[in-house]
Amino acid sequence: MTDATTTSASTGTTEVPEGGFQPPEGLQPVLTGLREEFEDAIREVGGHRGEVVVELERDRLVEVCTWLRDAPAARFQMLTGIAGIDYLHYDDRPERLCADYNLYSFDHNLRLRLKVRVTVEDPHIPSVTGVWPGANFPEREAYDFFGIRFDGHPNLVRIHMPEDWKGYPQRKDYPLGGVDVGYIGAHIPPPDKRRYKGGWTST
Amino acid sequence: MSEVETPDTDRPTSELLDEVVVRPGEAHDLPPVTAAEQVSVNERRVHQVVAMGGGDWAEVTARAAAEGQDDVMIINMGPQHPSTHGVLRLVVELKGEEVINLQPVIGYLHTGIEKTTEFRTWVQGVTLVTRMDYLAPIFNETAYCLATEKLLGIEAPPRAQALRVLMMELNRISSHLVWLATTGLELGALSVMLYGFREREEILDILEDVTGLRMNHAWVRPAGVSQDLPDGTEDKIRAFVRDMRAKADEYETLLTNNPIWLERTRGIGYLTLDELIGLGTTGPMLRAAGLDHDLRKAEPYCGYEQYEFDVPTATGSDVYARYQVRLAEMRESLRIVEQVLDTLPGGPVMSTDPKIGWPAKLALGPDGLGNSPAHVQHIMGESMEALIHHFKQVTEGIKVPRGEVYVPVESPRGELGYHVVSDGSNLPYRVHVRDPSFVNLQTGTPMSIGLLVADVIAAMSSIDPVLGGVDR
Repeated sequence: MTDATTTSASTGTTEVPEGGFQPPEGLQPVLTGLREEFEDAIREVGGHRGEVVVELERDRLVEVCTWLRDAPAARFQMLTGIAGIDYLHYDDRPERLCADYNLYSFDHNLRLRLKVRVTVEDPHIPSVTGVWPGANFPEREAYDFFGIRFDGHPNLVRIHMPEDWKGYPQRKDYPLGGVDVGYIGAHIPPPDKRRYKGGWTST
Repeated sequence: MSEVETPDTDRPTSELLDEVVVRPGEAHDLPPVTAAEQVSVNERRVHQVVAMGGGDWAEVTARAAAEGQDDVMIINMGPQHPSTHGVLRLVVELKGEEVINLQPVIGYLHTGIEKTTEFRTWVQGVTLVTRMDYLAPIFNETAYCLATEKLLGIEAPPRAQALRVLMMELNRISSHLVWLATTGLELGALSVMLYGFREREEILDILEDVTGLRMNHAWVRPAGVSQDLPDGTEDKIRAFVRDMRAKADEYETLLTNNPIWLERTRGIGYLTLDELIGLGTTGPMLRAAGLDHDLRKAEPYCGYEQYEFDVPTATGSDVYARYQVRLAEMRESLRIVEQVLDTLPGGPVMSTDPKIGWPAKLALGPDGLGNSPAHVQHIMGESMEALIHHFKQVTEGIKVPRGEVYVPVESPRGELGYHVVSDGSNLPYRVHVRDPSFVNLQTGTPMSIGLLVADVIAAMSSIDPVLGGVDR
């Protein structure tokens, strides 16, 4: 439980205070190469519990991904998945929507995560289906639940929710339903309005 | 007598139905639809009625050819087709009997588990995630708990780790058995279906002995497992392992050289290794293409590095190769189960840290399961602190430090990854599940194009999708 890490409230990523962030040894050449090639595309390199997360500018995402897939030091042949995240209550950055790309390299047995954050008003991220065709379903999922538009996706339609669904249900401000109980005036409030001690709104 | 107009019963039925009458062996064009008919509720513009009784196919195809018709037929398989392993709908475009496109339509089983976890405590989350991939519940629980433990910066006690491995491997066998049984059923091998479910039942009995439930166990908990093995379970598992080896031989005798099985599976659903990697495919499908990638070897967790086992591969990359890999994996799982039983360490099965380990202890009472009298005595009569810890844990739950991790495990279907975000409270901020079935399902389209309809069943089945995991 004694972990020498602190969390920077502005970014949500955790860094080691002294000596800077120490990524695993295998990832050093990748990060060095990334910094050389795409100095202006990298917003931040961080991580938590030995995992490495690189936050990127969305405009150069496809370029960076292509490099990560093909460069001999990286060879991230597989995009294992994309996690959509809404950081509304997590930090105070206006870019609250996030697509988190999980990359895996068979050659070097390495993992790397990429993050791209966008605002709700302009939720556009270029699609990486051209780099990894397997991004198709995961991008549709992130679109379905968070409303992130992946520009250039061949078929960006809802995947889990019904086609005519309104809204993006996994956003943190999506209204939750309560339950009317069969008793005069009784109503079970939606989960975020219940009295959870230390619940997600109070931290 | 009433004034209600009675139907004209004198008219012959053929006249009532008029042009729609089709005699066997005849194909009729209907007259053009009138404007009045077009606005009716039941309006159907029928171009051609074909007698399904048969006998006229030569005539129909000859006429279609003469008229230059080469229409694409779109048929729906599912969402309740028995060969879809759940509520999966496949929209198949056919030219003749050849598939020219296939689109999986999913979401029929979407229950919002990921969202629900955000409003339940960390321990309650186990109960939710175990319901995702319902054929591999222990894997879901373990991956979720490993992610929670990684955020907490702790590891479960060695005995709990070993027990997780034991149960995961038993679960892997049962999951592969369901695959074998359902695929056998779909390809007409009914005995295999009965055998597969018979053996799976034995595993479910063992799981029930240990966890209390056949499925949806919620047995793996953050910082350990909920209960130790009950007395006599080890012998039961050893007996099962002995039997299962013989049973696996039996399946081989039935299928491996069976000409019908070979005809139905060899060369079906072929994809190259590059295509599989590009589509993010993991698990037996990838290993059936020759790549010996297994997270138990590549990124060991729960102490898998202590056990000796091989990663079976095949080179066919077709349905048959996937069958070979899964069968071999069952044997490897048996090896691991034996080794775990031989080297099972002692000690607690749940972290003894009072702020993390679940405090409640269960014991077998006269009426089945109940609270352990010793534990109740301890918290009610001996230690005020223990009572406080018990109360806080049960009502509020553990608090997990702020952070974000991704933990993958090798489930029977491939890489099952939990991306968990914590904001430091007693509820997860976000739980995203990278379910292998969901990602692997993307291979369905390239695999099926060019196949015949009957082979689509075999190809889709070889993905082994579990729709509870796909839709979550």
